[in-house]
Amino acid sequence: MDGIHDLGGMSGFGAVNVERGEPVFHQTWEGRVFGLNALGVAVLTAYNVDEYRHSVERMDPVHYLAASYYERMLTGIATLLVEKGVVTHAELEARAGGRFPISRPVAPSRSIDVSPRESARFAVGDTAVVRDIHPAGHTRVPRYVRGKRGVVVHVAPRFSFPDAAAHGSPLRLEHTYHVQFQAAELWAEAAASNEVVIVDLWDSYLEVGS
Amino acid sequence: MSDPRQRVSPAPVAERARALEEALVAKEIVPEGFIDMVTARAEQELSPRNGARVVARAWVDVGYRARLLADGTAACAELGFHGPQGEYIVVLENTPTLHNVIVCTQCSCTAWPVLGLPPDWYKSPEYRARVVREPRALLREMGLDLPEGVTIRVWDTTAETRYMVLPLRPPGTEGWSEEQLAGIVTREAMIGVAKIDVS
Repeated sequence: MDGIHDLGGMSGFGAVNVERGEPVFHQTWEGRVFGLNALGVAVLTAYNVDEYRHSVERMDPVHYLAASYYERMLTGIATLLVEKGVVTHAELEARAGGRFPISRPVAPSRSIDVSPRESARFAVGDTAVVRDIHPAGHTRVPRYVRGKRGVVVHVAPRFSFPDAAAHGSPLRLEHTYHVQFQAAELWAEAAASNEVVIVDLWDSYLEVGS
Repeated sequence: MSDPRQRVSPAPVAERARALEEALVAKEIVPEGFIDMVTARAEQELSPRNGARVVARAWVDVGYRARLLADGTAACAELGFHGPQGEYIVVLENTPTLHNVIVCTQCSCTAWPVLGLPPDWYKSPEYRARVVREPRALLREMGLDLPEGVTIRVWDTTAETRYMVLPLRPPGTEGWSEEQLAGIVTREAMIGVAKIDVS
């Protein structure tokens, strides 16, 4: 989905504030939420990591930007456990003593339809063009590289294709590639000649370049 | 129903977190002590001190450095650092003319075994939006002023590779022990938003 989570390259954001000596968790509840996510994935096996990421991506964009990281995590976990029938939304709101926002539903038509890519189509030095795709479901190809041309600088092992795994499809393994883009290819006017961005992309996201 | 802009404010987030945990405990599906165990592990075992030991070893041992750059996963495991979010680690070597910096523009992916859970600034919309587009200006704002001649490589953690930057060893540390060196390596330097300075 072309969601609020896909922030790379957006303009208008302000300063990045680094907190010295930052604790792992600022509040006790944050650690509990981190533990609940591990519970959902590893103990209850109620959902996988790709479904989890997508549940956060489906948050209302206004809520997403206003929420802290662990509030986003909490919202994603609660959404999935409600959708999977583990708990009810009404029960959560009753126990919380107020409104408990959850994410919007999964889109009806979700994934790009491509055939599995079992063997590596690219080698180091090959040119690749990122497909200009806009699936309604989960995807890990950022908007800022779609349609852009890059060069493969590393071939990584095969990993589960997230667009499939986030929507209950059978495990599908594909190579990912570290694809290097010149800043000028991505950002045209303002780009420096000695800046590059390397994005880790599954085979299905790419077309052979010329 | 779940529109956050509706007039009634949500319950406080700590209350929502408590509500979810209590609902699951009431269904008797939370193993005794599990949440405490996960939280303690995150706080004690997943630490940038681990990555600092990797960096210090690479600074003093050329053989280890070569293994680390050739196969980061195996070289980190040599020192005991492996596990979730560390299944495929690639180490990026800074040089006087090349600077590497890591981001996850879509969420928060980080090499947990060597960098620990990511800090808030790394997960912020500000960092995720800006570092791929204006890395030099953003790094300067964050206190890292790179000469114009230095090439910047920004690595977006969009799939399963987890990155770690191998920072430059600072001048003035000749003859330091590996332990002393590990003590000056910061998480920010291993992400690529700071350099290490002992002057």
